[in-house]
Amino acid sequence: MIQTLAFYLFAALVIASAVMVIMARNPVHSVLWLILAFFNAAGLMVLTGAEFIAALLVIVYVGAVAVLFLFVVMMLDIDFAELRAGFVKNFPLGILIALVLAAELIFGIGAYQAGRLDLGVASGAAAPILDASNTASLGAVLYRDYLFLFEAAGVILLVAMVGAIVLTHRQRPDGARGQQNISKQVRRKPDEATVMKQPGVGEGVEL
Amino acid sequence: MIGIEHYIVVSAILFVLGVLGIFLNRKNIIVILMAIELILLSVNINLVAFSSFLGDMVGQVFAMFVLTVAAGEAAVGLAILVIYFRGRGTIAVDDVDRLKG
Repeated sequence: MIQTLAFYLFAALVIASAVMVIMARNPVHSVLWLILAFFNAAGLMVLTGAEFIAALLVIVYVGAVAVLFLFVVMMLDIDFAELRAGFVKNFPLGILIALVLAAELIFGIGAYQAGRLDLGVASGAAAPILDASNTASLGAVLYRDYLFLFEAAGVILLVAMVGAIVLTHRQRPDGARGQQNISKQVRRKPDEATVMKQPGVGEGVEL
Repeated sequence: MIGIEHYIVVSAILFVLGVLGIFLNRKNIIVILMAIELILLSVNINLVAFSSFLGDMVGQVFAMFVLTVAAGEAAVGLAILVIYFRGRGTIAVDDVDRLKG
Protein backbone atom coordinates (compact mmCIF):
# COMPACT_ATOMS: atom_id res chain seq x y z
CA MET A 1 0.00 0.00 0.00
CA ILE A 2 2.65 2.47 1.05
CA GLN A 3 4.71 1.32 -1.91
CA THR A 4 1.88 2.07 -4.33
CA LEU A 5 1.36 5.45 -2.74
CA ALA A 6 5.06 6.26 -2.96
CA PHE A 7 5.19 5.15 -6.58
CA TYR A 8 2.34 7.42 -7.60
CA LEU A 9 3.79 10.31 -5.61
CA PHE A 10 7.23 9.98 -7.21
CA ALA A 11 5.82 9.35 -10.68
CA ALA A 12 3.47 12.34 -10.54
CA LEU A 13 6.22 14.60 -9.22
CA VAL A 14 8.79 13.49 -11.78
CA ILE A 15 6.37 14.12 -14.64
CA ALA A 16 5.19 17.45 -13.23
CA SER A 17 8.73 18.68 -12.76
CA ALA A 18 9.70 17.49 -16.24
CA VAL A 19 6.83 19.58 -17.61
CA MET A 20 8.13 22.56 -15.64
CA VAL A 21 11.67 21.99 -16.98
CA ILE A 22 10.55 22.50 -20.55
CA MET A 23 7.94 25.16 -19.80
CA ALA A 24 9.72 27.44 -17.32
CA ARG A 25 10.42 30.95 -18.59
CA ASN A 26 13.70 31.28 -16.77
CA PRO A 27 16.39 28.63 -17.40
CA VAL A 28 17.50 28.90 -13.77
CA HIS A 29 14.04 27.68 -12.77
CA SER A 30 14.40 24.96 -15.39
CA VAL A 31 17.56 23.71 -13.72
CA LEU A 32 15.91 23.72 -10.30
CA TRP A 33 12.94 21.74 -11.63
CA LEU A 34 15.43 19.36 -13.26
CA ILE A 35 16.98 18.75 -9.84
CA LEU A 36 13.52 17.94 -8.44
CA ALA A 37 12.92 15.56 -11.34
CA PHE A 38 16.21 13.77 -10.62
CA PHE A 39 15.39 13.41 -6.93
CA ASN A 40 12.02 11.86 -7.71
CA ALA A 41 13.51 9.56 -10.32
CA ALA A 42 15.96 8.43 -7.65
CA GLY A 43 12.96 7.71 -5.44
CA LEU A 44 11.44 5.58 -8.20
CA MET A 45 14.66 3.63 -8.47
CA VAL A 46 14.77 3.03 -4.73
CA LEU A 47 11.25 1.58 -5.04
CA THR A 48 12.48 -0.98 -7.57
CA GLY A 49 15.31 -1.94 -5.24
CA ALA A 50 18.14 -0.31 -7.19
CA GLU A 51 19.45 1.82 -4.37
CA PHE A 52 22.98 2.19 -5.72
CA ILE A 53 21.79 3.66 -9.02
CA ALA A 54 19.51 5.94 -7.02
CA ALA A 55 22.43 7.18 -4.93
CA LEU A 56 24.50 7.60 -8.07
CA LEU A 57 21.71 9.61 -9.65
CA VAL A 58 21.60 11.99 -6.72
CA ILE A 59 25.39 12.32 -6.50
CA VAL A 60 26.20 12.57 -10.21
CA TYR A 61 23.14 14.31 -11.60
CA VAL A 62 22.14 16.57 -8.76
CA GLY A 63 25.62 17.07 -7.37
CA ALA A 64 27.54 17.53 -10.59
CA VAL A 65 25.52 17.87 -13.78
CA ALA A 66 22.74 20.10 -12.46
CA VAL A 67 25.21 22.34 -10.65
CA LEU A 68 27.25 22.56 -13.86
CA PHE A 69 24.11 23.67 -15.70
CA LEU A 70 23.38 26.17 -12.96
CA PHE A 71 26.90 27.62 -13.21
CA VAL A 72 26.71 28.00 -16.97
CA VAL A 73 23.22 29.51 -16.92
CA MET A 74 24.24 32.03 -14.30
CA MET A 75 27.64 32.80 -15.80
CA LEU A 76 26.47 33.68 -19.30
CA ASP A 77 24.70 36.96 -19.80
CA ILE A 78 21.98 35.87 -22.17
CA ASP A 79 18.76 37.54 -23.20
CA PHE A 80 16.46 34.63 -22.57
CA ALA A 81 13.34 36.48 -23.65
CA GLU A 82 14.71 36.66 -27.17
CA LEU A 83 15.46 32.95 -27.16
CA ARG A 84 11.85 32.23 -26.27
CA ALA A 85 10.52 34.04 -29.30
CA GLY A 86 9.60 30.93 -31.27
CA PHE A 87 7.95 29.18 -28.34
CA VAL A 88 4.33 29.83 -29.29
CA LYS A 89 5.01 29.26 -32.98
CA ASN A 90 6.61 25.88 -32.32
CA PHE A 91 3.97 24.83 -29.84
CA PRO A 92 1.39 23.14 -32.15
CA LEU A 93 4.00 21.21 -34.11
CA GLY A 94 5.79 20.16 -30.94
CA ILE A 95 2.56 18.98 -29.29
CA LEU A 96 1.61 17.12 -32.47
CA ILE A 97 4.92 15.28 -32.65
CA ALA A 98 4.86 14.57 -28.92
CA LEU A 99 1.34 13.14 -29.21
CA VAL A 100 2.33 10.94 -32.13
CA LEU A 101 5.36 9.71 -30.21
CA ALA A 102 3.33 9.11 -27.05
CA ALA A 103 0.68 7.23 -29.04
CA GLU A 104 3.37 5.04 -30.57
CA LEU A 105 4.93 4.31 -27.19
CA ILE A 106 1.57 3.51 -25.58
CA PHE A 107 0.67 1.37 -28.59
CA GLY A 108 3.92 -0.52 -28.15
CA ILE A 109 3.29 -1.04 -24.45
CA GLY A 110 -0.29 -2.12 -25.18
CA ALA A 111 0.95 -4.64 -27.73
CA TYR A 112 3.43 -5.86 -25.17
CA GLN A 113 0.64 -6.42 -22.65
CA ALA A 114 -1.88 -7.87 -25.09
CA GLY A 115 0.53 -10.39 -26.53
CA ARG A 116 1.45 -11.65 -23.07
CA LEU A 117 5.09 -11.69 -24.01
CA ASP A 118 6.78 -12.71 -20.84
CA LEU A 119 9.99 -11.07 -19.80
CA GLY A 120 11.91 -14.23 -20.48
CA VAL A 121 14.16 -15.82 -17.96
CA ALA A 122 17.36 -14.19 -16.87
CA SER A 123 20.39 -16.27 -17.67
CA GLY A 124 21.24 -16.31 -14.00
CA ALA A 125 24.80 -15.29 -14.69
CA ALA A 126 24.12 -11.81 -13.40
CA ALA A 127 21.42 -12.53 -10.84
CA PRO A 128 21.50 -10.47 -7.68
CA ILE A 129 23.33 -12.21 -4.87
CA LEU A 130 21.01 -13.51 -2.17
CA ASP A 131 21.41 -11.88 1.23
CA ALA A 132 23.66 -9.21 -0.24
CA SER A 133 22.76 -5.58 -0.77
CA ASN A 134 22.05 -4.19 -4.20
CA THR A 135 25.40 -2.41 -4.13
CA ALA A 136 27.31 -5.63 -3.41
CA SER A 137 25.50 -7.49 -6.21
CA LEU A 138 26.11 -4.66 -8.64
CA GLY A 139 29.78 -4.51 -7.70
CA ALA A 140 30.16 -8.26 -8.18
CA VAL A 141 28.73 -8.12 -11.69
CA LEU A 142 30.54 -4.92 -12.58
CA TYR A 143 33.99 -6.05 -11.54
CA ARG A 144 33.59 -9.61 -12.79
CA ASP A 145 31.97 -9.30 -16.21
CA TYR A 146 32.23 -5.63 -17.12
CA LEU A 147 35.66 -4.67 -15.86
CA PHE A 148 36.96 -3.46 -19.22
CA LEU A 149 33.78 -1.53 -19.95
CA PHE A 150 34.06 0.01 -16.51
CA GLU A 151 37.60 1.16 -17.24
CA ALA A 152 36.50 2.40 -20.65
CA ALA A 153 33.86 4.47 -18.85
CA GLY A 154 36.66 5.93 -16.75
CA VAL A 155 38.59 6.82 -19.90
CA ILE A 156 35.47 8.47 -21.35
CA LEU A 157 35.18 10.62 -18.25
CA LEU A 158 38.88 11.50 -18.43
CA VAL A 159 38.61 12.49 -22.09
CA ALA A 160 35.49 14.54 -21.36
CA MET A 161 37.29 16.31 -18.53
CA VAL A 162 40.39 17.04 -20.61
CA GLY A 163 38.20 18.16 -23.50
CA ALA A 164 36.19 20.54 -21.35
CA ILE A 165 39.34 22.04 -19.84
CA VAL A 166 41.10 22.40 -23.20
CA LEU A 167 38.03 23.97 -24.78
CA THR A 168 37.45 26.57 -22.12
CA HIS A 169 41.06 27.28 -21.15
CA ARG A 170 42.17 30.77 -22.04
CA GLN A 171 45.85 31.62 -22.38
CA ARG A 172 46.46 34.68 -20.28
CA PRO A 173 48.87 37.36 -21.46
CA ASP A 174 52.41 37.15 -20.05
CA GLY A 175 52.79 38.63 -16.62
CA ALA A 176 49.07 38.51 -15.86
CA ARG A 177 48.01 37.38 -12.45
CA GLY A 178 47.60 33.65 -12.28
CA GLN A 179 50.04 33.09 -15.11
CA GLN A 180 51.95 29.85 -14.69
CA ASN A 181 55.41 29.23 -16.03
CA ILE A 182 55.54 25.47 -16.09
CA SER A 183 59.24 25.11 -16.97
CA LYS A 184 60.22 27.54 -14.24
CA GLN A 185 58.17 25.60 -11.73
CA VAL A 186 59.72 22.32 -12.82
CA ARG A 187 63.27 23.72 -12.74
CA ARG A 188 62.88 24.94 -9.17
CA LYS A 189 65.18 23.23 -6.69
CA PRO A 190 64.45 22.62 -3.01
CA ASP A 191 67.40 24.67 -1.73
CA GLU A 192 66.37 27.85 -3.56
CA ALA A 193 62.77 27.55 -2.49
CA THR A 194 62.97 26.64 1.19
CA VAL A 195 65.20 27.66 4.07
CA MET A 196 65.70 25.69 7.23
CA LYS A 197 65.62 27.75 10.43
CA GLN A 198 65.67 26.74 14.00
CA PRO A 199 64.42 29.67 16.03
CA GLY A 200 64.58 29.58 19.79
CA VAL A 201 61.40 29.57 21.78
CA GLY A 202 59.65 32.96 21.69
CA GLU A 203 62.14 34.57 19.29
CA GLY A 204 60.31 34.31 16.03
CA VAL A 205 61.78 34.16 12.55
CA GLU A 206 63.21 36.95 10.43
CA LEU A 207 62.58 36.42 6.76
CA MET B 1 1.72 -4.11 -6.29
CA ILE B 2 3.27 -1.88 -8.89
CA GLY B 3 4.02 -3.76 -12.09
CA ILE B 4 6.70 -3.06 -14.63
CA GLU B 5 4.11 -1.49 -16.97
CA HIS B 6 3.75 1.45 -14.59
CA TYR B 7 7.45 2.16 -14.74
CA ILE B 8 7.47 1.86 -18.52
CA VAL B 9 4.58 4.33 -18.81
CA VAL B 10 6.36 6.85 -16.56
CA SER B 11 9.51 6.43 -18.58
CA ALA B 12 7.63 6.84 -21.87
CA ILE B 13 5.97 10.03 -20.66
CA LEU B 14 9.32 11.39 -19.54
CA PHE B 15 10.85 10.55 -22.91
CA VAL B 16 8.04 12.31 -24.78
CA LEU B 17 8.41 15.35 -22.54
CA GLY B 18 12.11 15.47 -23.36
CA VAL B 19 11.43 15.36 -27.10
CA LEU B 20 8.72 18.00 -26.69
CA GLY B 21 11.18 20.17 -24.81
CA ILE B 22 13.61 20.04 -27.72
CA PHE B 23 10.86 21.15 -30.09
CA LEU B 24 9.45 23.90 -27.89
CA ASN B 25 12.73 25.52 -26.90
CA ARG B 26 14.30 25.24 -30.30
CA LYS B 27 16.38 28.39 -29.87
CA ASN B 28 17.70 27.90 -26.36
CA ILE B 29 20.48 25.35 -26.40
CA ILE B 30 20.70 25.15 -22.60
CA VAL B 31 17.11 23.95 -22.31
CA ILE B 32 17.76 21.56 -25.22
CA LEU B 33 20.63 20.03 -23.24
CA MET B 34 18.36 19.74 -20.20
CA ALA B 35 15.72 18.02 -22.33
CA ILE B 36 18.39 15.55 -23.47
CA GLU B 37 19.15 14.87 -19.81
CA LEU B 38 15.45 14.14 -19.28
CA ILE B 39 15.50 11.67 -22.17
CA LEU B 40 18.54 9.91 -20.73
CA LEU B 41 16.82 9.82 -17.34
CA SER B 42 13.81 8.08 -18.86
CA VAL B 43 16.13 5.54 -20.47
CA ASN B 44 17.73 4.94 -17.10
CA ILE B 45 14.37 4.38 -15.41
CA ASN B 46 13.53 1.85 -18.11
CA LEU B 47 16.83 0.00 -17.72
CA VAL B 48 16.64 -0.12 -13.94
CA ALA B 49 12.97 -1.20 -13.90
CA PHE B 50 13.57 -4.05 -16.33
CA SER B 51 16.73 -5.02 -14.48
CA SER B 52 15.07 -5.39 -11.13
CA PHE B 53 11.86 -7.03 -12.40
CA LEU B 54 13.91 -9.54 -14.38
CA GLY B 55 16.34 -10.19 -11.54
CA ASP B 56 19.37 -9.45 -13.67
CA MET B 57 21.96 -6.86 -12.64
CA VAL B 58 23.21 -6.13 -16.15
CA GLY B 59 20.55 -3.49 -16.68
CA GLN B 60 21.83 -1.53 -13.70
CA VAL B 61 25.40 -1.80 -14.98
CA PHE B 62 24.22 -0.33 -18.26
CA ALA B 63 22.34 2.40 -16.43
CA MET B 64 25.67 3.32 -14.85
CA PHE B 65 27.29 3.57 -18.27
CA VAL B 66 24.43 5.73 -19.53
CA LEU B 67 25.02 7.95 -16.50
CA THR B 68 28.72 8.21 -17.36
CA VAL B 69 28.05 9.18 -20.95
CA ALA B 70 25.41 11.69 -19.86
CA ALA B 71 27.86 13.37 -17.49
CA GLY B 72 30.57 13.55 -20.17
CA GLU B 73 28.11 14.86 -22.73
CA ALA B 74 26.89 17.59 -20.40
CA ALA B 75 30.46 18.65 -19.57
CA VAL B 76 31.65 18.86 -23.18
CA GLY B 77 28.39 20.36 -24.42
CA LEU B 78 28.45 23.12 -21.85
CA ALA B 79 32.15 23.78 -22.53
CA ILE B 80 31.39 24.23 -26.23
CA LEU B 81 28.48 26.48 -25.26
CA VAL B 82 30.73 28.65 -23.09
CA ILE B 83 33.40 29.14 -25.75
CA TYR B 84 30.76 29.79 -28.38
CA PHE B 85 29.19 32.46 -26.20
CA ARG B 86 32.62 33.98 -25.56
CA GLY B 87 33.28 34.36 -29.27
CA ARG B 88 29.87 35.37 -30.56
CA GLY B 89 27.94 36.76 -27.60
CA THR B 90 24.87 34.66 -28.37
CA ILE B 91 23.79 31.07 -28.03
CA ALA B 92 20.73 31.16 -30.29
CA VAL B 93 20.75 27.91 -32.23
CA ASP B 94 19.78 29.66 -35.45
CA ASP B 95 22.92 31.79 -35.37
CA VAL B 96 25.27 28.84 -35.09
CA ASP B 97 26.35 28.70 -38.71
CA ARG B 98 30.09 29.18 -38.57
CA LEU B 99 30.82 25.94 -40.38
CA LYS B 100 28.44 26.96 -43.20
CA GLY B 101 26.93 23.49 -43.20
